[in-house]
Amino acid sequence: MTITEIVLRLHANSYYFFAIILFIIGFHTMLTHNNLIKKVIGMNIMDMAIFLFFVAIGYVRGGRSPILEPGVNHTFINPLPSALILTGIVVAVSVTAYALSLIIKLYKHYGTIDAEEIMRIRGGGSL
Amino acid sequence: MRKLLVLFFLAVIMVVLVATVIEMPTIGDPANVTNNEVPRRYVEASLEETGALNVIASIITDYRAFDTLGEATVLFVAIAAVLSNLKAH
Amino acid sequence: MEDVIVRYVSRFILPFVQLYGLYVVLHGHLSPGGGFSGGAVIGASMILYALSFNLAAGSKKLSHDVSSILESSGALIFAGMGLLSILLGGNFLANRAAGIPLGTPGNLFSSGSIAIITFGVGIKVASTMITLFYSLIEEEGHSHDHH
Repeated sequence: MTITEIVLRLHANSYYFFAIILFIIGFHTMLTHNNLIKKVIGMNIMDMAIFLFFVAIGYVRGGRSPILEPGVNHTFINPLPSALILTGIVVAVSVTAYALSLIIKLYKHYGTIDAEEIMRIRGGGSL
Repeated sequence: MRKLLVLFFLAVIMVVLVATVIEMPTIGDPANVTNNEVPRRYVEASLEETGALNVIASIITDYRAFDTLGEATVLFVAIAAVLSNLKAH
Repeated sequence: MEDVIVRYVSRFILPFVQLYGLYVVLHGHLSPGGGFSGGAVIGASMILYALSFNLAAGSKKLSHDVSSILESSGALIFAGMGLLSILLGGNFLANRAAGIPLGTPGNLFSSGSIAIITFGVGIKVASTMITLFYSLIEEEGHSHDHH
């Protein structure tokens, strides 16, 4: 496919493309910075990218929110991906809370929250 | 050296993801593969089978209430794990 | 923090925030919202109270024992509704197939077990937010290890 065809397809599926960009930003944040809290923030950004991708699948053009009115017939969006993402958001919050409590215990034990310094104190090698 | 390796790895992931997204059906198409008979049944039969006007509330608490029970368990276990980590004597 | 304007304004708007959160939880089957978002709003109101005043006043308003009792009762309400459906003769967590009365759609007291399950999830999420905030903020002066 030529470049113009690729750009036109990405413009038609623009929500998926922005979800990919958010995922790459979160992944880069998690790999590059040494601060442990910045790694947790990067993981949260990756979670939000996945949720955006999943909810954008269920969009129907010209549809409304799925709240019924008894008597009026209307096209609604697909309610199933939105209902499945609610569970995912709660799981992301739980993992973030546990990761933050582990960071608190690490700080009390080693005195620093730099990942490379912790590896140096423990005696292992750095990359 | 390490920065170049990270950038190359991220570029490979981005090429694979974009090559997948191009092949997916257009956003907002009513003839999508994901709009099959399951969401149609949930939207049409929700008023007489559950009596709730909110379709998503009737999905997560009536049709698929078992998943919501598992998610309440995940919240509970997360609280137990955080408290046992921070208040250990 | 000790600021006069923050204390005055937060003492003024806190009842409205809690009323709004309670409205979102109780009307979960009629309007957008439900248990999770309403519980997050109620938990955020208690966190605002603990932030604008100091932490001791916040933990005196909602102590640790009360929040743990609220969280356990939220999970027990959910499981109790499922067992009630078994007692009435249907499957686990069934609504109309077990004989629970549905009522007319559009009322507040309608749709059987949906309202009770939404309320249980709402108080569970609110007490989870409050307990997480207090356990992550609290400083203990005597458990610092020197290795």
